[in-house]
Order: sequence, then C-alpha cells, then structure tokens
Amino acid sequence: MVMPKRVVVGAHYGWRDWLVQRVSAVVMALYTLLVLFLVVRNGGLDYAAWKATFSSEIFRLASFVFMLSLLWHAWVGVRNIAMDYLKPVGVRLTFQVVVIVLLIGYVGWTIQVLWGGV
Amino acid sequence: MAALDRPAPKPRPVYLNLFAIRLPLPGFVSILHRVSGALLFLIGIPLLLWVVQRSLASPDAWEQMRATLSTPLSKLILIVLAWAYLHHFIAGIRHLLMDMHWGMDLKSARQSSAVTIVLAILLTLAVAVKLW
Repeated sequence: MVMPKRVVVGAHYGWRDWLVQRVSAVVMALYTLLVLFLVVRNGGLDYAAWKATFSSEIFRLASFVFMLSLLWHAWVGVRNIAMDYLKPVGVRLTFQVVVIVLLIGYVGWTIQVLWGGV
Repeated sequence: MAALDRPAPKPRPVYLNLFAIRLPLPGFVSILHRVSGALLFLIGIPLLLWVVQRSLASPDAWEQMRATLSTPLSKLILIVLAWAYLHHFIAGIRHLLMDMHWGMDLKSARQSSAVTIVLAILLTLAVAVKLW
C-alpha cells in the first residue's frame, strides 16, 4: 500500500529541544573540565591567576558560549518542569514569561561580567 | 448506536501519594535530576554570575567575596549546589550513554542509577571536606 507522504505531528520543537539539551550539556561538560584543568595548572585559586585567565579573549568567548549553553539548557529544563506541574494556562504562561525575561537578563549580566571591565 | 453498547469504563484508581509511591532506583535518579536542575537554575546561575563578577572586580572584591563565601551558611549552600552540579553532571552523562544505547537493560540501568547517586554523594563529600 502506498502511504501518503506527510508530516503527522505539529510543532517539531520536541526533537530540537532534545538536541539542544544534549549539545549544550556537552559544551558545559567540556568547559567544566577546561576550568578545572586551568585551576589545577595554576596551582589553585588566586586573584592574579584568575584575572589573567579571564584576560584571554578566547577564554572569555568560551565562557560566553558556556553561559549561553547553560541558559538555553535551563530554559528547556525549566519549561519541561513547568509543563508538568503548572497546569492552569495563565499561571504557566506568566511563569514562562518571567523565566524568559530572567534568562535574557542573565545574558546581559554575562556580557557585563565578561567584557564590562575592558 | 454501537458506542452505547459498550460498558462504561471502570474508574481507574488514581494513586499519587508522593510519600507512599515507591520509586525504582532509576526513578530516583530522574527526580533528583529535576530537583538538582531546578536548584541550579534558581540559585546556581545568579550565584555563579555574582561570584565571577566580584572575583574579577578587584583584589579587595576578591577577598570580600571569599569572606562572604566562607560563612557556615554560605558553605552549606555551596555544598548543596556542588551536589546539584555533580548529580546533574553524572546523571546527564548517564543519559548521553543511554542515548547511545549503552546500559539500556534493566540490570545495567539499575546499576548505573546506583553509581550515579553514590558517586555524586561521594564527590560532594570530597568538596565538603575541601571547603571546611
């Protein structure tokens, strides 16, 4: 029998969320290992070495990519939690708007932290 | 109409007492993944940004931040967050391995759940010892 070639489900954010969650997780895991390596190489935490680490433009960019991954990852996770536990549409929508605004604010704060002192 | 001939569906038992449901071990890892993720979102992200901001501001700000983080309450919060990060990290790697169809049978899934819970707690204890 010839099946009609058609798409049977709606918004397709399911597989995209799935992928984002995994790619962002791998980015964060690698960054975590990088920071651990740098701290161990510096022989611990002290202000001068820490400051020097963040003066590298490449490290700042890596940190930015880490933060974007973290914030996006947080969005997918928090949204899933909201969809499971917040049933009234109004409550869920309000909560999600607050979270989105908060996350966008965090992006701004991240830029400020990384490049504000330059 | 045919639909009317069918017997009415039996009411199914709804039994969602969270304190009486016994979760299987992988279920525990799963709910802890959520709890740790929520903690990291609510406290972890703003704290991380604040700490990095203070740590880079000046040598004085660095010392001040270190002092703020060494009060017993701060240390307690840091230890809880360390657990959240470690559990979320290890459970996440378990997820990735299962995505690659590694450890999918029931026995391995139970074993890796136990490893996740125990390893996260052991590493958190190591962090706690280092912190105190």
